[in-house]
Amino acid sequence: MKILVLAEISNGELAEDQTSKTVSAAAALGQVDVLCASNNCSDASTKIAKMEHVENVYVLEDELFAQGLAESYSETLLDTINSYSHVFAPSSSFGKNVLPRIGGMLDVMVISDVSKVISEDTFERPVYAGNAIQTVQSVDKVKLISVRTSNYSAVPSTGSANIKKIDCKGNNPLTTFIENKMQTSDRPELTSAKVVVSGGRGVGSKENFEIIEGLADKLGAAVGASRAAVDSGFAPNDWQVGQTGKVVAPDLYVAVGISGAIQHLAGMKDSKVIVAINKDEEAPIFQVADFGLVDDLFKAVPEIEKKV
Amino acid sequence: MKILVPVKRVLDYNVKARVKADGSGIDLANVKMSMNPFDEIALEEAIRLKEKGNAEEIIAVSIGVQQNQETLRTALAMGADRAILVVATDDVHNDIEPLTVANILAAIALKEGPSLVLCGKQAIDNDFNATAQMLSAKLKWSQATFASEIDVREDMVRVTREVDGGLQTIDAKIPAVVSVDLRLNEPRYASLPNIMKAKRKPLEEISPADLGVEITQRLKVIKTKEPDSREAGLILENIDQLVEKIQENVGG
Repeated sequence: MKILVLAEISNGELAEDQTSKTVSAAAALGQVDVLCASNNCSDASTKIAKMEHVENVYVLEDELFAQGLAESYSETLLDTINSYSHVFAPSSSFGKNVLPRIGGMLDVMVISDVSKVISEDTFERPVYAGNAIQTVQSVDKVKLISVRTSNYSAVPSTGSANIKKIDCKGNNPLTTFIENKMQTSDRPELTSAKVVVSGGRGVGSKENFEIIEGLADKLGAAVGASRAAVDSGFAPNDWQVGQTGKVVAPDLYVAVGISGAIQHLAGMKDSKVIVAINKDEEAPIFQVADFGLVDDLFKAVPEIEKKV
Repeated sequence: MKILVPVKRVLDYNVKARVKADGSGIDLANVKMSMNPFDEIALEEAIRLKEKGNAEEIIAVSIGVQQNQETLRTALAMGADRAILVVATDDVHNDIEPLTVANILAAIALKEGPSLVLCGKQAIDNDFNATAQMLSAKLKWSQATFASEIDVREDMVRVTREVDGGLQTIDAKIPAVVSVDLRLNEPRYASLPNIMKAKRKPLEEISPADLGVEITQRLKVIKTKEPDSREAGLILENIDQLVEKIQENVGG
């Protein structure tokens, strides 16, 4: 058994939480190597080398990997990847973009969104928006696994792995990067935040979402949104929590004006404590909330913001 | 140019999935099935590209059981020109894996020569999010996943992608495989006259063997179970109690 983790790095910046939690999932099977491919890896590789359970960090510095384009990885790294029995990546937009393409090249299935590693060939993963959990056994020679990182804790930074440079002579004639438009925010990142405050359709408008943002900022929380709120244009897609958005599991999740559709619950029901505020006492969100308040959010949320 | 749009028949998104008592899977007998919502968005985009003069023909493909022809009739009623049904199983509970689906679609793409394959980013049943990526790898075509904006140009397609943290724009060389995300468009409903017209549009039925593709299963499903359920908690009486609970759990 030889285990590789693909580190998630964008333009030299390591997604530390995602990568560390992926190492944590992979470590269930043994020590791991991490592939650190980007245009600038010095900072990222130092951080990865400190992650517990990491044996070797392979550094591949090339402009080709700056933006995580799938073709750059799949076409260039096939030989490297093929020498491992297990390849893990976070099930983020990076991992979901790259890993199945590698699967297509190697003719192996990808095991998406793994929530539990049971053994070297057996894994648990949610299906039907988390309404069922499937145990699957892979017969492929290489196991390609994307990890539902919200199910794992980051590994401690007590390791001291070897950092080794490797060469690459690939290119990507198929896709060209044009630009990134990233949401800049001082708030914590949604998938790793300890507290998340989310708004739903009940919030009513993009302007009203400031109420949600106000409470989030007071609590030092990330802001989330239901698919209904995103669909209605109240919030950017990047905030979406649910089956088709992000999966979060913070210490505290505050759901405001969210009815609690199945697809939303799939993205937040592993939160430690769930608090729901909704004026409809029949809202399904109260079925999963630890604490509920039946009240008008426009009255309750500003008052809560004042008092916390 | 031609556009190929694969459409999957799945449990309707409004129906709650029920795990079968024997743990063998989700009960799909006598439940409402519909087109995968993300595939509907892909098809809508193809129709809009045709309406803008960017495409001449839209071919819808579905892989699965005989009843998938209902899904294809819906696709034809929305605006696809013709349809291909690949009957790969006679049991609706037998989900064909993305890798096999990619092999089948690759064989069809090589035969039909589309410039673009537009797919949903994931099917809402198995939630793999893999078919488009695997297909583009099989074809060695360019790949653009999670599209929220598609602009077809001379020899490439400019795609804005929904990525963690924001949006990324890339140019993908044609032929390309593009998978679509939620905010790309809002699919239309088929009108009654179009539903009637769709009955006369061509629907070809083939088998995977006709395409030289073998159906494999790389992931054996050992067990399907209900997720751990959460107990409903306490309904609080006033805002002060809620404030207290929030304070107890922040930074704990």
